[in-house]
Amino acid sequence: MELYEQTIHDLQAQLQARQVSSVEITNSFLNRIESTDQSINAFITVTKEQALLDAAAADQRIAAGDCAPLTGIPVALKDIFLTEGVRTTCASKMLDNFIAPYDATAWARIKSQGAVLLGKLNQDEFAMGSSCENSAFGPTRNPWNREHIPGGSSGGSAAAIAAQQAVATLGTDTGGSIRQPASHCGCVGLKPTYGRVSRYGVIAYASSLDQVGPITRDVTDAALLLEAIAGHDPKDSTSVDCPVPNYTAALKQGVKGLKIGLPKEYFIDGLDADVQQAMDQAIATYRRLGAEFVEVSLPHTNYAVATYYLIATAEASSNLARYEGVRFGHRAKDTAGLIDLMMQSRSEGFGAEVKRRIMLGTYALSSGYYDAYYIKAQKVRTLIQQDFIEAFKSVDLLLTPVAPTPAFRIGEKTADPLQMYLSDIFTIPVNLAGICGISVPAGASSTGLPIGLQLLGRPFGEETILRAAFDFEQATDWHTKKAAL
Amino acid sequence: MSINQHEIEHVAKLARLTLRDDEKQLFTGQMEAILAYVETLNELNTEGIAPTSHAVPMENAFRPDCVTPSIGHDRALANAPDKNETYFRVPPVIE
Repeated sequence: MELYEQTIHDLQAQLQARQVSSVEITNSFLNRIESTDQSINAFITVTKEQALLDAAAADQRIAAGDCAPLTGIPVALKDIFLTEGVRTTCASKMLDNFIAPYDATAWARIKSQGAVLLGKLNQDEFAMGSSCENSAFGPTRNPWNREHIPGGSSGGSAAAIAAQQAVATLGTDTGGSIRQPASHCGCVGLKPTYGRVSRYGVIAYASSLDQVGPITRDVTDAALLLEAIAGHDPKDSTSVDCPVPNYTAALKQGVKGLKIGLPKEYFIDGLDADVQQAMDQAIATYRRLGAEFVEVSLPHTNYAVATYYLIATAEASSNLARYEGVRFGHRAKDTAGLIDLMMQSRSEGFGAEVKRRIMLGTYALSSGYYDAYYIKAQKVRTLIQQDFIEAFKSVDLLLTPVAPTPAFRIGEKTADPLQMYLSDIFTIPVNLAGICGISVPAGASSTGLPIGLQLLGRPFGEETILRAAFDFEQATDWHTKKAAL
Repeated sequence: MSINQHEIEHVAKLARLTLRDDEKQLFTGQMEAILAYVETLNELNTEGIAPTSHAVPMENAFRPDCVTPSIGHDRALANAPDKNETYFRVPPVIE
């Protein structure tokens, strides 16, 4: 098996046994990126020279007997994470030439273990999208079928794993942007509880919803990466100060005796037949493993998408006000004064989806509409959160589909933003409630596209969903399947 | 909820955006469809429900009131589109 086909835990065992060097591993991935990325477009920036230097430093560290779980492991990051000295674009023309002046905490924690940065990954501009088509650097393509989207907004992160261009990546999840692309690309995607991972140095889209998480080949790697990035950060006032469990140790506890809820609002008419079949088979697998199922209700699910698009866009309109062409980012030429400079710079720098969301958020926050839209949405958010609190009184976790359909075709939904927004119906409620969720490979469509299942846990219940995901993974082989490239 | 092109122009101005004519036309139709969809929230009675602005309980996080190292002039100005030695340079506001 090639080095680029392996997991973190496989590679780490070989590094520790001195059977392979980090330079060899890094070269394997760099060669893979070079030979495949023309057809996938997962990377915006490849940091080849620095990666090889960092790999050599990691080899020295290992030789000195100082080997952390991620030492010498090559990773790649969604281009929303600040990386000191490396271009960070957020897939926007606005930040085309932006060189980050410091590291995001999540990356700093991985880097401190001696991980190697392969490069920065494509995404929807400012993380706004469900398909990775809204990028100033062109769309990313799904490695399983290049006519299809990889999902969004962390589409580059998921596609890079599916194309075996990186062993692990970090993404961000505001309304499903880790879980949905992981599902569409046949990877594991973990959205931790809000506050579990620092957002410091992550370019903000919707601050009360954004959360950082790993996209990996298997559940063990997701647990390893979460262990590395989780925990309180004084630089992020929204990060929660509570101990980080040993997630990898929790994996082997199994699901026997766990009670899993099936929310009836997630198994609806119109659910794709292949997705339904994959869910039925997953439920049967879990029954064999000793889990018990009960039907539960999350009665406000149908209101989640509308709630999300008011809250997220309101926060986005505020967050993106910082792009004014003065301190950083694109500046328009030949403008008539300061206000004109700001307006022209923003209009030239932002793409259509970003403009649409800023406008929607500005409208929802504007005088006369604030109570009717923004406050109303915040109240419905309370109801959605209460739904989950009530459900978790009787079950340990919830099982749902990740998306109503497998990955759709590139261009299929670009003309109708509302239809695009509705494709996130099963992931959005999780962000509004702030709970944790994981997407795990669980099947394939009749045309060979991956299908994921979603497991949802209580706040800070990552151990439970990871152990349930791991048990499923051990009982099936969906995570071992590879896209032909 | 109907929204016309005049309102789109007003919202764009509030958002500090300049829209082309084709963008105004496109966004008017799309915003109208999206706003009609979010009207479904009015089916719910939210009387007496407290709004949630954050998923986890939040309190102001105060740091100690002491001076700490900052990013510094050089790094703060490194990405500026236009600058002099210590300042961001902008077009004149008052002629």
